[in-house]
Amino acid sequence: MPPPMSTDNTAICPVKMVGIVKRFPGILANDHVDFDLRKGEIHALLGENGAGKSTLMNVLAGLYRQEGGTILVNNKPVSFSSPRDAIKAGIGMVHQHFMLVPSQTVTENILLGMEEPRFFLRLKEFDAKVAELGERFGMQVDPRAKVWQLSVGEQQRVELLKMLTLGAQVLIMDEPTAVLAPQEIEALFVTLRAMVAEGKSIIFISHKLQEVMAIADRVTVLRKGKVTAAGVKMEGVTRQELARLMVGRDVLFKLDKTPCNPGEPVLTLEDVYAENDKGLPSLRGVSFQVRAGEVVGLAGVAGNGQVELTQVINGLRRCTQGQVRLNGKEITNRPVLQAIQSGMSYIPEDRTHVGSSPNLSITDNVIMKSYRQPPIAHGWVLDGAKAEHIAGELKDAYEIIAPTIHTPVRLLSGGNLQRVILAREISGHPTFIAAVQPTRGLDVGAIEGVHRLLLAQREAGAAILLVSEELEELFSLSDRILVIYEGRIMGEITGELDTSANVETIGLMMTGSQYVSGALKEEMNRGGENISPGQPQGMVQHD
Amino acid sequence: MDLIIILQAGVATGTILLFATIGELLTERSGILNLGVEGMMLIGAMSAYSTAIATGNPWLGLLVAILAGGLISQVHAVITIKLQADQVVSGLALTFLGAGTSLVLGEGLSKAGTVSLLPAFSIPLLDQIPILGPIFFTRQSVMVYLGYLLVPLVWYYINHTRPGMHLRAVGEYPAAADALGINVARLRYFYVFVGGALAGLAGATISLAISPGWFSELTTAGQGWIAVGLVIFAQWDPVRAAFGSYMFGALRRLILDIQGPMTLFGMANPFYYNPYLGFFLQMLPYAFTIIVLVIGSREAVRKRLGSPAALGTPYIRGERGL
Ligand SMILES: Nc1ncnc2c1ncn2[C@@H]1O[C@H](COP(=O)(O)OP(=O)(O)O)[C@@H](O)[C@H]1O
Ligand SMILES: [Mg+2]
Repeated sequence: MPPPMSTDNTAICPVKMVGIVKRFPGILANDHVDFDLRKGEIHALLGENGAGKSTLMNVLAGLYRQEGGTILVNNKPVSFSSPRDAIKAGIGMVHQHFMLVPSQTVTENILLGMEEPRFFLRLKEFDAKVAELGERFGMQVDPRAKVWQLSVGEQQRVELLKMLTLGAQVLIMDEPTAVLAPQEIEALFVTLRAMVAEGKSIIFISHKLQEVMAIADRVTVLRKGKVTAAGVKMEGVTRQELARLMVGRDVLFKLDKTPCNPGEPVLTLEDVYAENDKGLPSLRGVSFQVRAGEVVGLAGVAGNGQVELTQVINGLRRCTQGQVRLNGKEITNRPVLQAIQSGMSYIPEDRTHVGSSPNLSITDNVIMKSYRQPPIAHGWVLDGAKAEHIAGELKDAYEIIAPTIHTPVRLLSGGNLQRVILAREISGHPTFIAAVQPTRGLDVGAIEGVHRLLLAQREAGAAILLVSEELEELFSLSDRILVIYEGRIMGEITGELDTSANVETIGLMMTGSQYVSGALKEEMNRGGENISPGQPQGMVQHD
Repeated sequence: MDLIIILQAGVATGTILLFATIGELLTERSGILNLGVEGMMLIGAMSAYSTAIATGNPWLGLLVAILAGGLISQVHAVITIKLQADQVVSGLALTFLGAGTSLVLGEGLSKAGTVSLLPAFSIPLLDQIPILGPIFFTRQSVMVYLGYLLVPLVWYYINHTRPGMHLRAVGEYPAAADALGINVARLRYFYVFVGGALAGLAGATISLAISPGWFSELTTAGQGWIAVGLVIFAQWDPVRAAFGSYMFGALRRLILDIQGPMTLFGMANPFYYNPYLGFFLQMLPYAFTIIVLVIGSREAVRKRLGSPAALGTPYIRGERGL
């Protein structure tokens, strides 16, 4: 095997992309992008959200077709018209949203892409083969488990196994760490290195500098669809330089935050239980308080009850047991309107369908919570001029960039849409804000803006519950952090948050260890002993 | 009233529902909702009957019904798969298209004379089994026996074969199937066709076997809608669909037969003396269907019941969020 850093120009190049152009309506997602991958390397593709990383790799994986440029695989030009073609050429992509059929078993998912078996499934035989393969790459999964029963980390392993069985020589991993707990990220890195040792080449997409510094041999940086650094060796660059290449200006890594000075409890949850959409238990006895003037971070791997929790608080989901109180008033299973009237704000994860009404104008979207009262409402009649006046003011105050206040919000970029939502949710002076992934998919500038708005609300005395999968975000905004796992609060981190010991502790809690009065209780949830059998949501923990 | 005879007739009636339900089930497992079952059944019943009259060959009638049902289903397939229009609206339109077409083409068919029917026979040995023998294996139509074979085959096909696995993948998460080179659109066309063909077969089963003849829209009398409801009731499982179909078949028979005798269990039969009670009973299967459809129209409920995750949504490659 040639050394991974070989600069031999005659060497076979597993992937070379030259001058790739890809447009979406109104946006040039890839603007003459060059990218080359060497055999046996981990090549990071770094860039902010929306930089065009996924688009570029979707082109390589045959999901999109480029409008310009050429792709060479093993020095030969190729043209893929479907993902199948790319796989045949040895290129497999693990998408941000896994391409797994949740209701099928691990083995079935792996068999989906294979020629064998021709008609009868012979699952027993193939279960054994899948188990064997997992063994070989150090990625154990139960071949007979249904995919929806697996943790996200395990699903990722299934995706990797699938690509390996299909004979992928080049693996594209699209933001593989976004859904993992810190320890799982370590395990993934070990796996990736093992694959490289077997001669595979890996493209590692990320917007997190730290990870790229930790795993990559070389890095290509994208900014607004253009390459700002092409295949630079990691030894040659600093974190600061990369950040500048990625964002286009210097980045502040710390937010200024005043000391926390919490007041009265605003939100109180007592022993709350709820079910998810499938009717399975998703919250199992959640109790905590959020006080005025503090930000409580809620950490956890996606799908452990975070969304259901904020829905219960809002009244969007039925609470099967327990109590929710806002400012001393009981709001358990009360209409959403009552929560709003008691000063609740909700910044949902799904901006386009829950957070806003895509086809309505900015005006309609920002007055959606206030149109019932004066000055907009006069009895049954809405004062359109007044509404537009208010919308205009909010558009300026929240720096919403859009042609007019009549623009349908579906035409706005993610950052501007989030500002519309924040304008609506914050301008009513809420006493409590539930923010779910408020910066997901936004670029650095927009993220800073959202963070500043949230901190300003904290200064103004609002109680804030921040649900996020980004530890960095939780560390920089929160005053204390709760960790949720399978619908239970596993513990709380207070004091100095951003320490490596805390990262470790939070990671363990995110994967099922309990943290009680400063000590981890490893046994508590291991192997799902606390989870009664008939509750398939009890993802059994393998670590 | 002899219970055995009612159940025997119930199994025969249930066979009609069975074909239509299994067909719709296969279509829905691929992610396409086709509400046009009633229309496709009418097409099948009419074309089978007229072919049998014209040629004297009921088997040919059966074949034509299968092809006619399958073909007209492709109207829905093109509208929902290629043009990606709303599946509910298109399915309703197909109901009217099927009903209208068959009424126009079947005009005068009811007085067209007699027709030779599909054969009915008993299965030796099996018909000797006490109770079950007379109900399931004595003087039943060949279509009834075909139904017995179809259910385990379909069940095995869905759960234990490669094409069945592809069918499930396409209905649950088409993007994943597409990423592995499975042609989502082609499979959906195919299973819409299969659904239409089985609905056509169900129609032919009425007109050439179970209650022979052509009585315009009364031939199917809304059984296509019951089939749509039964798919939800069966939670998209063919074995449960069979159970539901036979149960409903038996119920339909019971409701008809209970109005016949003047006395019931030694007492005056209220259903004989008060026809309104009979009408009420006859309404029940349809009321059930309406309730199931209303309940099943809520996405959260459907998810809980285990509906194919992609049911009702067109698949567009590379669409955002996938
Ligand atoms: N399917 C799509 N339709 C329309 N616009 C898209 C689509 N996919 C991506 N975009 C846009 O293209 C740009 C690049 O997106 P993407 O490649 O997903 O960025 P990244 O993966 O770097 O976060 C973004 O502005 C995004 O909004
Ligand atoms: Mg991306």
